[in-house]
Amino acid sequence: MSPQFSEKALKQVEKIVARYPHKEAALLPVLVLARREFGRIAEEEEKLVAAILGIKPIKVREVVTFYSMLNREKIGKYHIQVCSNISCTVMGAETLLDHIRKKIGIEPGQTTEDGKFSLSTVECLGACEMAPCMMVNEHYYGNLDKKKIDKILDKME
Amino acid sequence: MSEKYLSRNFGVTDSHKIEVYLKGNGYSAVRNALKIKPENIIEEIKKAGLRGRGGAGFPAGVKWGFVPKKTDKPKYLCVNADEGEPGTVKDRYIMTHNPHQLFEGIIIASYAVGINTAFIYIRGEYENIAQRLEEALDEARAEGFLGKNIQGSGFNLDVYVHRGAGAYICGEETALLESLEGKRGNPRLKPPFPASVGLFNCPTVINNVETLANVPVIINVGADAFQKTGQKGDGGTRIFGVSGMVKKPGVYELPVGTTLRDIIFKHAGGMKGSRRLKAVIPGGMSAPVLTADEIDVPMDFESLMEKKSMLGSAGIIVIDQETSMVDVLKVVTKFYAHESCGQCTPCRIGNAWIYRIVKRVAAREAGKRDLDTICRLANNMLGKTLCPLGDAAAMPILAIMKKFRTEIESHLEQ
Ligand SMILES: Cc1cc2nc3c(=O)[nH]c(=O)nc-3n(C[C@H](O)[C@H](O)[C@H](O)COP(=O)(O)O)c2cc1C
Ligand code: SF4
Ligand code: FES
Repeated sequence: MSPQFSEKALKQVEKIVARYPHKEAALLPVLVLARREFGRIAEEEEKLVAAILGIKPIKVREVVTFYSMLNREKIGKYHIQVCSNISCTVMGAETLLDHIRKKIGIEPGQTTEDGKFSLSTVECLGACEMAPCMMVNEHYYGNLDKKKIDKILDKME
Repeated sequence: MSEKYLSRNFGVTDSHKIEVYLKGNGYSAVRNALKIKPENIIEEIKKAGLRGRGGAGFPAGVKWGFVPKKTDKPKYLCVNADEGEPGTVKDRYIMTHNPHQLFEGIIIASYAVGINTAFIYIRGEYENIAQRLEEALDEARAEGFLGKNIQGSGFNLDVYVHRGAGAYICGEETALLESLEGKRGNPRLKPPFPASVGLFNCPTVINNVETLANVPVIINVGADAFQKTGQKGDGGTRIFGVSGMVKKPGVYELPVGTTLRDIIFKHAGGMKGSRRLKAVIPGGMSAPVLTADEIDVPMDFESLMEKKSMLGSAGIIVIDQETSMVDVLKVVTKFYAHESCGQCTPCRIGNAWIYRIVKRVAAREAGKRDLDTICRLANNMLGKTLCPLGDAAAMPILAIMKKFRTEIESHLEQ
């Protein structure tokens, strides 16, 4: 079945579109919304968004492939994003990434078989003063060490 | 005591709520500014020596002055809240603790330039902050500081939050415009400059969050006092973000021109544990690295330029003796290879190629001639690309290669 926005999401789309003089400008916020609704932006979702905004699906594809937060594949319930940029590296990010890899048994770019965790390395998260740091879904965690990571991940159901 | 223009309420309970902000005399700058002639506000900002806090350090008042006064097109303000430069965390603090001071800056800038619509372009990862901004905007609207006929002045302004979705290059101002228009974040060729042809082909001002948050300060304390807090032509304070191997990483608001040594050793507590200082990146990753004996430099645009580095976004990254400069080089080159938008060949190919060689260097599968190739490729990017990312990559790479060549060579020989 092709994906459909919920009533509530459609209202939000309307509100977003109203902010801009051209409908096309709403594309990125609407894609972010679609990502939240459907968990990914693959071909079906691209077509849906294209139809709503009255633009060509290829235009949507162009944009989707440019931005790292618009994943084309489904990702796990918890998306662990470990910063691998400079301040975090100075503060030992690599050891922590190793720890997480061993703990949940996957490599960056993969999702656990039960769909619980996805793991990625990312560029600077803008939280360098609490390096080493990571995000899980939309939450930031900083000043990490192995113990702290265990505590955070063990709590996730 | 140094002035705390922007960070006074960092950490104060509910500092982001409008009722708390109003109790601390908040929005008085807006009330006063709306009684001043727009062109006089621009003059005052010029006199204050407010330079852009996003990286390039362009004088804000001069930028506003470039926007045509008479035009039949709408004008726009884009607030750069992309904060993608590694080492930079300051805008996150301002938006989290002090959103209304930012809004005051947005309102005054818009009034001065004749703008009725502003967009805050915020990086996608800052989802919780984007929500906080939305709530704060609602509060400001309810109190009559946004919307129609602001404080009975006849001036109208709408402000919207626009979220990015993960792309460093969208912090570059013309890429930001493309992104806001619903396209890939490919930088535009300049000229035309955004002041004449910007968002939706209309005259546009683009300013960083911290730049705008300083605007109400200038209205409150006056251009002279603001200027005197900093240096001539580079007034006010900077929120220095300090990260890396120091005792107290964090944000420190200090006068422009405070020395790098004082920031690291007096304010951020010095080196962590028994670590010794090896190198400092003084202004976000794009700023060429300084060695441990170059840190007596005052942190202002001119002084760092004399050292062939830059103040940039004032994100200070402290590197200790135990960190390998080969690892630093690897992180830096990986970043630029990943973030190049791909439009121009020297940047697209150059950065990817450099990173491939650096990976071999790190694995000790390279020779000294490869180090020369890295420098040659970096030199081939300098000044030959469409947007400043090419230079932003080449300069730090060349600085590491020059200042730490011996360490990198001895890594190869081990
Ligand atoms: C590759 C690149 C990335 C940039 N990223 C940012 C950023 O994340 N935030 C920002 O405010 N400025 C960034 N800038 C600088 C902007 O292009 C622009 O100079 C700035 O937003 C202007 O505002 P200001 O004059 O108030 O500093 C970046 C520039 C380049 C070349
Ligand atoms: S210099 Fe790099 S990032 Fe800038 S436009 Fe060219 S390819 Fe894109
Ligand atoms: S380097 Fe990791 S958050 Fe900035």
